[in-house]
Amino acid sequence: MIILENLNKHYKSVHALKDVNLHVNSGEIFACLGPNGAGKTTLIRIVTGLTRLSSGKAFLNGFNVEKSPLAAKKECGLVPQAINLDQELTVFENLDIHCRLYKMPAKKRRIKIDDLLDYMDILDRKKTLIKHLSGGMKRRVMIARALTHSPQILFLDEPTVGLDANIRRRIWAIIKRIQEDGTTIFLTTHYIEEAEFLAQRVAFLNEGEIVALDTPENFMAKMGVWAIDRLEESNMETTYFKTRQEAKSFIVEQEKSFTLRRVHLEDVFLALTGKKVK
Amino acid sequence: MIQGCLAIYYRELMIMKRRLPKMIATMSVSPLLYLIAFGYAMGHNVKVDGHTYLEFLLPGLVAMSSMTQAFSIASEINIARFYWHIFEEFQSAPISNISYVCGEILAGMTRAFMSIIIILILGYFFGVSLSCNILFWLAIILNSFIFASLAVGMAMLVKSHADQAMFSSFVITPMAFLGGTLFPVDRLPLWAQKILFLLPLTHASKAIRTASFGNTPDYSSYIILFLTGVLFIIISFMCVNRARD
Ligand SMILES: Nc1ncnc2c1ncn2[C@@H]1O[C@H](COP(=O)(O)OP(=O)(O)OP(=O)(O)O)[C@@H](O)[C@H]1O
Ligand SMILES: [Mg+2]
Repeated sequence: MIILENLNKHYKSVHALKDVNLHVNSGEIFACLGPNGAGKTTLIRIVTGLTRLSSGKAFLNGFNVEKSPLAAKKECGLVPQAINLDQELTVFENLDIHCRLYKMPAKKRRIKIDDLLDYMDILDRKKTLIKHLSGGMKRRVMIARALTHSPQILFLDEPTVGLDANIRRRIWAIIKRIQEDGTTIFLTTHYIEEAEFLAQRVAFLNEGEIVALDTPENFMAKMGVWAIDRLEESNMETTYFKTRQEAKSFIVEQEKSFTLRRVHLEDVFLALTGKKVK
Repeated sequence: MIQGCLAIYYRELMIMKRRLPKMIATMSVSPLLYLIAFGYAMGHNVKVDGHTYLEFLLPGLVAMSSMTQAFSIASEINIARFYWHIFEEFQSAPISNISYVCGEILAGMTRAFMSIIIILILGYFFGVSLSCNILFWLAIILNSFIFASLAVGMAMLVKSHADQAMFSSFVITPMAFLGGTLFPVDRLPLWAQKILFLLPLTHASKAIRTASFGNTPDYSSYIILFLTGVLFIIISFMCVNRARD
């Protein structure tokens, strides 16, 4: 369980998080969406102890991240936005060092690492140096590393950025499986379909504020179920409809070309954040 | 605390193991140049305090290397922090700051010891053997501990790798030359001696040299080195928290 109470973060000139209140339940996948610079990474860095908060409180499974940082850190695993593996060491060595940092006994380390590499489908790369892996493999090693100490809560900061569609889908399947094992997952992403596919609840973060929070289905239902895109003077105009019937009667009046489609979370995203981007 | 410290140290050892041949080569170059240029070329004609210059120089090089090699972990930490972001892995792990600091200091001291073994072997080939007694090693331990602690503290304080390089060229390199390593400090005017004895390296090289000639160094040098080390480890411990933004 993740609880944030009136969380604020000031960098020198930037107010990166503004009174963020959030309650993520045990066992759910929670996605945080928002444009570049919204504060997603800052939020994850604060709860995982990488960045100090300016005011407010944050709890991981009941442990205050500022007052009992070591206990809070034991509860969570982190897959940061940037690859931070030791390039000169092998896959196994990277994971082994991680296990040692979490004080796991030697025998358990070896078993767990083999298990996870197998789970991530990279067991055959166990003895490969990190610098010889592809980007997708490095991501999977990062996820495996974050899971070695069996955390209750997993933070994924843009876990599929820069990966091809195949690997992305594979990582999605892995994330679903991790959830089935009872882990709470907090992820940030720019890929709306990622949140739509994975998350039970979604929060939109814009300029450090949570501007909306709901299930993907509710978000989409509020916008309408159907959408029609038209090209108006080189601008894409979208109109939303509650029922197919309404959409159809709208189509009759159209002269230019259009596309009729179902509403995506992307529409919600654009409605909430897109208009504010100047 | 011990386990966290050992985990950090273990990582550094693994990296050193992978780079071992390169490290040995790098660590041999500069002492070799000093030995050839100053020691060998000057021959046996130049006598300092009753010893040949080569005999005088070798313990100086030991002191110099135990400082520079221990301090060199600063740039390793920096590269790991700013370039590879590996420092975040330690920050998010449930280890205390003191474990982190101690692990990195041990790594710095290990480097220092490797370089000293290399120098002693080189010295042997140049026909100089030192008396490697307990007081000799104790001074080396204290000196490398001081500069490894300083390195960790600096690495946490600097905002970029360039800052680090600047500190090295303005503080470490001058100290390496002036701290009683290449020439006897007591040949300088008194005011200069007073300034140089503010530097820990001057005490370390004096103690290391005296011990390596089989004499007993001043115990005050050891006390000064010990207190400086304690001061630096406390500072570097406090700096780790400042590295969080
Ligand atoms: N170390 C820092 N010092 C100063 N400002 C920072 C720092 N880190 C982040 N910021 C600022 O805080 C704001 C939020 O940044 P953050 O990295 O959390 O955004 P994000 O939502 O993760 O963006 P992206 O989608 O690009 O990853 C930005 O305005 C950024 O410039
Ligand atoms: Mg980010």
